[in-house]
Amino acid sequence: MTVPDKDAVLAAHAKNRAVASLLTSLPDAVLDAKFDRDELTLTIARDEIRAAASLVQQAGYNFLEDVTCVDWYPSEPRFHVVYHIVSFSLKQRVRLVAPVDSIDPSIDSITPVWPSANFYEREVWDLFGVRFNQHPNLRRIMMPDEWDGHPLRKDYPVEGYR
Amino acid sequence: MGDMPHFVETSTLLKPRPEEGPKDRTMVLNMGPQHPSTHGVLRLVIEIDGETVLKVVPDIGYLHTGIEKTCEAKFYQQVVPLTDRIDYLCPMTNNLVYCLAVEKLLQIEIPERAQWIRVLLNELTRLNSHLVWLGTHAMDIGALTVFLYTFREREEILRIFEAVSGQRMMTSYFRVGGLALEPPLNLFDRIQKFIKILPEKIDEYQNLLVGNPIWMGRLKGVGHLSAEDAIALGVTGPPLRASGVDWDLRRDMPYSSYDKFQFKVPVSNGCDVWARYIIRIEEMRESVKICQQALDGMPEGEIKANAPKVVLPDREKMKTEMESLIYHFKIVTEGFTVPAGQVFQAVESPRGVMGYYVVSDGTAKPYRVHMRNPSFASLQALQKMCEGRLIADVVAVIGSIDIVLGEIDR
Repeated sequence: MTVPDKDAVLAAHAKNRAVASLLTSLPDAVLDAKFDRDELTLTIARDEIRAAASLVQQAGYNFLEDVTCVDWYPSEPRFHVVYHIVSFSLKQRVRLVAPVDSIDPSIDSITPVWPSANFYEREVWDLFGVRFNQHPNLRRIMMPDEWDGHPLRKDYPVEGYR
Repeated sequence: MGDMPHFVETSTLLKPRPEEGPKDRTMVLNMGPQHPSTHGVLRLVIEIDGETVLKVVPDIGYLHTGIEKTCEAKFYQQVVPLTDRIDYLCPMTNNLVYCLAVEKLLQIEIPERAQWIRVLLNELTRLNSHLVWLGTHAMDIGALTVFLYTFREREEILRIFEAVSGQRMMTSYFRVGGLALEPPLNLFDRIQKFIKILPEKIDEYQNLLVGNPIWMGRLKGVGHLSAEDAIALGVTGPPLRASGVDWDLRRDMPYSSYDKFQFKVPVSNGCDVWARYIIRIEEMRESVKICQQALDGMPEGEIKANAPKVVLPDREKMKTEMESLIYHFKIVTEGFTVPAGQVFQAVESPRGVMGYYVVSDGTAKPYRVHMRNPSFASLQALQKMCEGRLIADVVAVIGSIDIVLGEIDR
């Protein structure tokens, strides 16, 4: 089975409102596109994530369901910050992925677009150590404030003493 | 508190606001983590002026057990018992959403009978959760009687769960690829008997509460949350529908053959605690209807998918056929591998949108499991609903968003 490349996926979903809006206003920010198991994944350049989130919101995807992160240690870019956004009117979901490298693990906060990102981004900071720029209150949320390390990173052991 | 570094100094949580006059006008109050109306170990730092709430800062994480990290060290099937422990009031919903996510990754088809039994048990779980909510919410407000009534009916649901899975609360009944066992013979009769009496029991709870001037006074107009704020702050489930947003995943993005059931989605424009109460009561009545339809139209057939490399073989086959024995041994000792990919599966839990994000790297253990939990997001709206209200209303508002700390902290 061959995996369709970015352009083929984007062409197949040209009518998707999020894709159309991103390709019109921010064509360079879309690094990759995948359509797998009926789910559309758009990889967005790290520096453009807030602009992309805002465009997707204007395209009718009104509800931010989730922000999380995946650690692909030891490959680079190490962290993939993942956003799931759903549209109440279109009954569709879109996934934005922003790759973040381990040298400077930081990304713009999307709290100006969706205030609900506040807790999710605090959780990602707490458990993965990815900083969110311009976040209103970037403190640990699950672990104690003086905790050392970020537990969901892959180089953090599952059991035993650190 | 000085020798407990675990506690954050409350002064660091609340930034001074010089424009609001001298600082000694306000007082900072600690509510929780041990407080009967926080439904677990939620700590609220509340800034009050007299009895008026100025600011509410939730401090969570007391129940954090690292379930997401633990999942990465388990086989796919071994994660199911962990999911029960996340939201202990709706274990079946957690089982369902995890199984659906892995089944989507594996791209296997589930037999219709298994899907219908999943729907039936999920609606019973919703009833279970709403009964606990109603009892504890009324108790927070001061109506102690209702608690005893709702727990009487909840007991029967727990007995049904025990009959079907052997456990009252941590059921772990669903498996990737279907169900663990065929339900016992008289189970459907038992459920039928239960849902037949339940509507009049709901009337009974309503009689105890509606019309009571204290109950109405404590609920009506309290905890206002507009539709825009609810969407912006990530609120889902009954609080979202009580703010006038018509969004229910069971109807709008159906899963597990929910599209074959007819039911109404109650919506209200009340935006207050009272509206959330009415929505949940109506949801219970709709759940009863879904259970009735599931019982009436229950299809016959298999309860496990035809996927020998994923689903454990029947006990009888395992003892008599060499091939089944080999598969059994392989699945138990090595787990099953899942093709690489990522899925996000969301369902409508009693509290709102519960989504599982599962990433596979092609091995027998999940690379990453993340849970999007409704209470976690809804908690962000607490400040909006409480500010400018009296401190006694905070208790009513917490009850109305129906938080479960197990799923907030994970």
